[in-house]
Amino acid sequence: MDQIPILKVGEFLLVSIQVDMHDRQALSLQDDLTTQVVKTRAKGVLIDISSLEIVDSFIGRMLGNMASITQVLGAHAVVVGMRPAVAITIVELGLSLTNVRTALNVDKGMALLRMQMNQEMNEGGHEPFEK
Amino acid sequence: MTTNTSNRAADIFTRYEQPILEDWLREQLAALTARQDLISEADLRRQSTELFALFISACRTGSFTDISTPGWKTVLEYLANVSRTRAQQGFTPSETATVVFSIKQPLFARLRQELGANAEALADELWSATVLLDKLGLYTTEVFLKSREDIIKRQQAEMLELSTPVVKLWDGVLAVPLVGTLDSARTQVVMEGILQSIVDTGSSMAIVDITGVPIVDTLVAQHLLNTVFAAKLMGAQCIISGIRPQIAQAMVHLGVEFGSVVTKATLADALAYAFQQIGVTVTNKAPIA
Repeated sequence: MDQIPILKVGEFLLVSIQVDMHDRQALSLQDDLTTQVVKTRAKGVLIDISSLEIVDSFIGRMLGNMASITQVLGAHAVVVGMRPAVAITIVELGLSLTNVRTALNVDKGMALLRMQMNQEMNEGGHEPFEK
Repeated sequence: MTTNTSNRAADIFTRYEQPILEDWLREQLAALTARQDLISEADLRRQSTELFALFISACRTGSFTDISTPGWKTVLEYLANVSRTRAQQGFTPSETATVVFSIKQPLFARLRQELGANAEALADELWSATVLLDKLGLYTTEVFLKSREDIIKRQQAEMLELSTPVVKLWDGVLAVPLVGTLDSARTQVVMEGILQSIVDTGSSMAIVDITGVPIVDTLVAQHLLNTVFAAKLMGAQCIISGIRPQIAQAMVHLGVEFGSVVTKATLADALAYAFQQIGVTVTNKAPIA
């Protein structure tokens, strides 16, 4: 079974789903992602689904779950590049995915993550621990 | 009986071919006096001559009263063609059916001339001729209505495409001015159009303007909300603008909740909001005098 690669880009993780996922793949991706977020102490996760053409209620829910899990671990998650047909399907399935942040492409997703990190830093009023 | 009748009618048609054709043409021309602009006399003459020739050969080969037999195939095809053309040209159903019915008078006149003395044979002939011509006439009307329906369907599809333009207002700002009633089928087209344009142009703001939507009920509101949520999932923000005072009242009375969706009264307000979101500032170059 093909594993979906998780790339580290700066302080973010990039998950690019290039094939139509089946359920087992989605579950194993969720495991991998959780492990990687903890291991790399990533501040944000970008999930690129621009090549994903088919979603069902399970995959839709998995996307929501992955975003929630990342947020529980203290990182931000952004789903980027959703196709129109996929968006329509998810709305028709009645999945609200209200906790998922979205962006048009990886560029804009990255900008959104940076903006959120800056906001947090300003609110916190001190430099991040690592620096 | 059938073969007998068929032979006799075919005989009469062949023998009086020219006079019947002339009378028939005269009848048609009389019925079409007001319609000279739609079809010329020469065209009508050519059409009638061809149809009449096919009609005679069908009388000889096929059963006289049953138009479903193979002998009538060419006649039916020709009639369907004529009927379809006339539907497109704007003739009425009666005018189109007259093509067939106007042959009755010249035919009946010849039949009476031939069989005047034999009342029984005359009645038989008239009956079978009436049955045949009525069937052909009804067939013409059927084809006429069918082609009118096709025209209507095509126009509906065209209107659906025409009525949902997606315009680019600014770099990253799209607008969709909706005009007319929104039903499920149309919302689907609108939704797909907006989402596809968002992908194509990479816009992060989309304004749906409903100034031209006469009625907003719970169903229409639901359709609009679905569009907004789908756009949000793709990473774009949707603003609904152009909500008229009566519609705002109606929506509140209906209990329609737009929740977190941004709504504005006018397209200008929505554009100002969009500019603010994408970080564009607009200033007057010189103070307005």
